[in-house]
Amino acid sequence: MARVLITKLNKKYDDDTHAVKDVNLEIRDREFVVLVGPSGCGKTTTLRMVAGLEEITSGEIRIDEKVVNDLPPMDRDIAMVFQNYALYPHMSVYDNMAFGLKMRKFGRDEIAKRVREAADILGIQTLLARRPRQLSGGQRQRVALGRAIVRHPRVFLFDEPLSNLDAKLRVQMRVELKRLHERLETTAIYVTHDQVEAMTLGDRVVVMKDGLVQQVGEPLELYGRPANKFVAGFIGSPAMNFVDVSISSDGRWAEAEGLRLPAPERVRSRSGQRVTLGVRPEALSVANGADANLADRSFATAVDVVEPLGNEILVNFRAGGVPMVARVDPGVRVKAHDSIRLALDPERLHFFDAKTEAAI
Amino acid sequence: MIEGAGWKKWLWFYLPMGMFILGLLFPFYWMLVTTLKPDGELYRPWNHPLYSPFWTSAPTFDHIKSLLTETLFGTWMWNTMLIALAATLISLFCGVIAGYALARLRFRWAGLLGTAIFITYLVPQTLLFIPLADIIREYNIGDTPWALILTYPTFLIPFCTWLMMGYFKTIPKELEECARIDGATRWQAMVYIILPIALPGILSAGIFAFTLSWNEFIYALVFLSSPEQKTVPVGVTSELIRGDVFFWGSLMAGALLGSIPVAFVYSFFVEHYVAGMTGSVKG
Repeated sequence: MARVLITKLNKKYDDDTHAVKDVNLEIRDREFVVLVGPSGCGKTTTLRMVAGLEEITSGEIRIDEKVVNDLPPMDRDIAMVFQNYALYPHMSVYDNMAFGLKMRKFGRDEIAKRVREAADILGIQTLLARRPRQLSGGQRQRVALGRAIVRHPRVFLFDEPLSNLDAKLRVQMRVELKRLHERLETTAIYVTHDQVEAMTLGDRVVVMKDGLVQQVGEPLELYGRPANKFVAGFIGSPAMNFVDVSISSDGRWAEAEGLRLPAPERVRSRSGQRVTLGVRPEALSVANGADANLADRSFATAVDVVEPLGNEILVNFRAGGVPMVARVDPGVRVKAHDSIRLALDPERLHFFDAKTEAAI
Repeated sequence: MIEGAGWKKWLWFYLPMGMFILGLLFPFYWMLVTTLKPDGELYRPWNHPLYSPFWTSAPTFDHIKSLLTETLFGTWMWNTMLIALAATLISLFCGVIAGYALARLRFRWAGLLGTAIFITYLVPQTLLFIPLADIIREYNIGDTPWALILTYPTFLIPFCTWLMMGYFKTIPKELEECARIDGATRWQAMVYIILPIALPGILSAGIFAFTLSWNEFIYALVFLSSPEQKTVPVGVTSELIRGDVFFWGSLMAGALLGSIPVAFVYSFFVEHYVAGMTGSVKG
């Protein structure tokens, strides 16, 4: 059980790439924090610095008040699960799991007890005598997890542990990981590029881009109140639609080609300026022509492509000069090239500064 | 494997393969047949009615007997074995450690150093023995096994270092990182995790080094002079070619017996050796 405090953390490589820039983070005791972002955003580097595998250029990492900057990995009392599992190929599953305990000079009985315990939790009791190459991907993943949990470390670090699994298994392991975390109540830092994984697993999610933290928050907070355009576009699938609009001179309307909406209070001060409007696909609905209430916040367009997914339908169309997607009820009957009227939910519109991309 | 009709397989696979094997094994057969031929048959001119270069009608062990009794062949074998083993162990130890450092540790000039080591391997032995002879005289180790045990690593260490460096690079570095998080020091991670995984690579480097030192000729010829210090390749050629007289039977017997340990080592480790050459760890 531990708290991890990261202050002003920087990483510069020899070739002058600045991979991590002034990252500040507090990971609370027993919290599951997910670092998410596109590849090259510095999330893995941050994790590796916490693990002690990467030198810190400047800044400070504390685990339970103790500065660990110069401690070797072995003295940080952490466990890490790697993307490629990193199982020791010349050892049995049992020895893989026991290795960390042997290195730390645990007694033979204690080792056996802890390995059995972990194997029970993960359901791999029958695999203990096998070699890693005799295991399936999912089984290897479990062994890698088992190797981490037998140690009872203060912090778990996960580096894209599910990326090598097929889609179905990934969903299943995701749930298991969440259950495991609830059971073990250990502080965990999890790195992924998959926003769905981030949203489902994280107590809090840290979105990173170009070495900078963009936003830290609970999953629904990131979804509902993104701090900037990048977070808004990164969280949620299909991604948020963006369209450049200009605010009318009286500040009452946001307008783009074929689109005219009443502007909410918070953007009125931007009268005469251009801002970016963000609309989630699920904030769009098919408008029945009869409903007069919808008149001033709906618009007409032509359907481009329809993606019927079963539980929902994705309707691709153009508005304001850009391609957009709406996520509509599966009961709606639409075909490509149909004319359609779509309404926007006024409570779920996002506006971003055209230059800084910060939310307004 | 090539799919298709039977005759195609014969034509494109078995036939070339058979010719290849025949070509490879013929020198060994020639060695064997020459060893077993009596002198009378061996020195028969080509136009003699009973001329038979490819077989013998009266096999004899005379040549082997004379090799073992009239020359110091046993001593030469022992010398060669000792020198090859010692030189191999020294080179393997240095090569594994240097290869690991070059493949894994990030330090200034690592790339340059790797290339430099490779370049030393490219310096021909026929050039290098001249300065080395001077050094050996300086340290007074001429005509002792040390002259070879200490000079063979000059070409074996670069070779082992490069082979091991390549092999270490195929081992995912996460294995080591994981071990270090698990509580191993860098040294322990190398001993418990990396070296066992690199065993095929280490074995092939060892076999190669052993073979190279077993067969080495020029250093042995230059640095050793008394018959009881010689190695097999030098001993056989210097003692069984007297002036312009070649004792072919015994020469070939020496070559045959001398190649047995190498053949033995290869066949014993062939599986590891193949894995070592083709490399890579999975899982």
